[in-house]
Amino acid sequence: MTDNGKKLIEVVDLHKSFGDNEVLKGIDITINKGDKVVVIGPSGSGKSTFLRCLNCMEDATSGKILYHGVDITDMKVDINVHRQKMGMVFQHFNLFNNKTILENIMLSPVLVAKKENKKLSRAQRKSSKEIKEQKREEAMALLKRIGLEDKADAYPSQLSGGQKQRVAIVRSLAMNPDVILFDEPTSALDPEMVGEVLDVMKELAEAGMTMVVVTHEMGFAREVGSRVLFIDDGKILEEGSPEQIFGNPQNARLRDFLSKVL
Amino acid sequence: MGNFEAKWEAFLRAFVDYGGYRMVLEGLRNTIIIAVLGLIIGIFIGVVIASVEVMPKYKVIPRVLDKICQVYVAFFRGTPLVVQLLVGYYVIRPLLGLHISALGSCIIIYGMNSGAYVSEIMRGGINSVDPGQMEGGRSVGMSYLTTMTKIVIPQAVKNILPTLGNEFIALIKDTSIVSFVGANDLYVAFKYIGTNNYEFMIPYLVMALIYIVIVLIITLCIKLMERRLRRSDR
Ligand SMILES: Nc1ncnc2c1ncn2[C@@H]1O[C@H](COP(=O)(O)OP(=O)(O)O)[C@@H](O)[C@H]1O
Ligand SMILES: [Mg+2]
Repeated sequence: MTDNGKKLIEVVDLHKSFGDNEVLKGIDITINKGDKVVVIGPSGSGKSTFLRCLNCMEDATSGKILYHGVDITDMKVDINVHRQKMGMVFQHFNLFNNKTILENIMLSPVLVAKKENKKLSRAQRKSSKEIKEQKREEAMALLKRIGLEDKADAYPSQLSGGQKQRVAIVRSLAMNPDVILFDEPTSALDPEMVGEVLDVMKELAEAGMTMVVVTHEMGFAREVGSRVLFIDDGKILEEGSPEQIFGNPQNARLRDFLSKVL
Repeated sequence: MGNFEAKWEAFLRAFVDYGGYRMVLEGLRNTIIIAVLGLIIGIFIGVVIASVEVMPKYKVIPRVLDKICQVYVAFFRGTPLVVQLLVGYYVIRPLLGLHISALGSCIIIYGMNSGAYVSEIMRGGINSVDPGQMEGGRSVGMSYLTTMTKIVIPQAVKNILPTLGNEFIALIKDTSIVSFVGANDLYVAFKYIGTNNYEFMIPYLVMALIYIVIVLIITLCIKLMERRLRRSDR
């Protein structure tokens, strides 16, 4: 990755209110290519809201979110195009229940490829069958990577939580995103399944994927995080390397938080 | 009992010899056609209305569409079906200069009427789908419309299939009034049979039995479908 360290997401004075409840009270942060940003903080402090504002799942009340230099809070931009390059992994997986595992992974890539295909000249165009076949192979390769190729034709309801989350990760990976946002990806899992999901995430991190991860897994934060953000009461109260945040925390609220979770 | 036998013979004569069975078959066919096509149109309209109703309403267009749908549902739920049938056939059809048969008009009116009811069922179905399904779709860059049609609505339809079966039964039963606009249904057929010698007891008894059998068959189909769906859920 040659453009590592280049600005990818720039958040400028982000505010978000639900009615009278101001949840984010001015967040400024720049996320560069290759960063592994880990977000920690007490429950209800606005971590999910922050993450969901990054891909406009929640519309910011004010402030800017520049993705590849484009302000995606602007209602005029086609948010779908940006989300295609901005994966998201949820606490509750959100796999499509009416689709097989393979279809879950292929669905959006096929739709995007078909749309791209229409822009080509007639001679260059592929048939929709060729596109599907190509995306199916890519999806199968991803499934192989997480050791679930035998589940290709199963439905989400037939998978364990850990398997579902691994599929959800490769579903977002199938779009070739520039960044993946994780919102407590292991919080809904039985303890024995946490490891397999974290392993996939570590592998992604090693492969150079830019990641923003909200998590309570402090071990993961230490090991994988390149930067840690501590959010409380809708603000970033402290930011630093894992060594700084865990070894030498400055903010009293952070120290208090760490004493409870470590 | 001799009396009953005479009635039965009169019925058989009218049914077999005077071609009554042909009218019954035609009536049965019309009943099924109106109910099946009406339900299909109803599902189509119902899905559209329900989708408009659950759409986010920041912009003007969804809000206007929503108002139109509200008026539509209020009209079709708030007036008797017979009135809709009569107005549709004797008022709207000539006013618009449409050349549609009585049967065709019935199909359209029943479909539009059913759409109002299906929309309510459908909205419940859509709301019963986990909001995470929409978020999952949006997170991989699919539009609201694509996610709705490919992910949410199929699951909503599955959730409400048994209820749609009930709507189908309601439609079957409602077809017994299409003779108001001159369409032939079971009622017309059995009235014709009875009129042969003014013996209505057996004809209407048989008519009732036929309706019961149809409804029982549909109920059985719904049960089988439910069981299959449950198996695929697990
Ligand atoms: N869709 C919503 N509508 C209203 N309030 C919300 C919504 N989402 C989150 N909130 C509120 O915002 C606050 C922060 O929530 P959240 O970002 O989920 O916190 P965290 O992820 O850090 O636990 C909470 O008080 C929560 O009740
Ligand atoms: Mg949260």
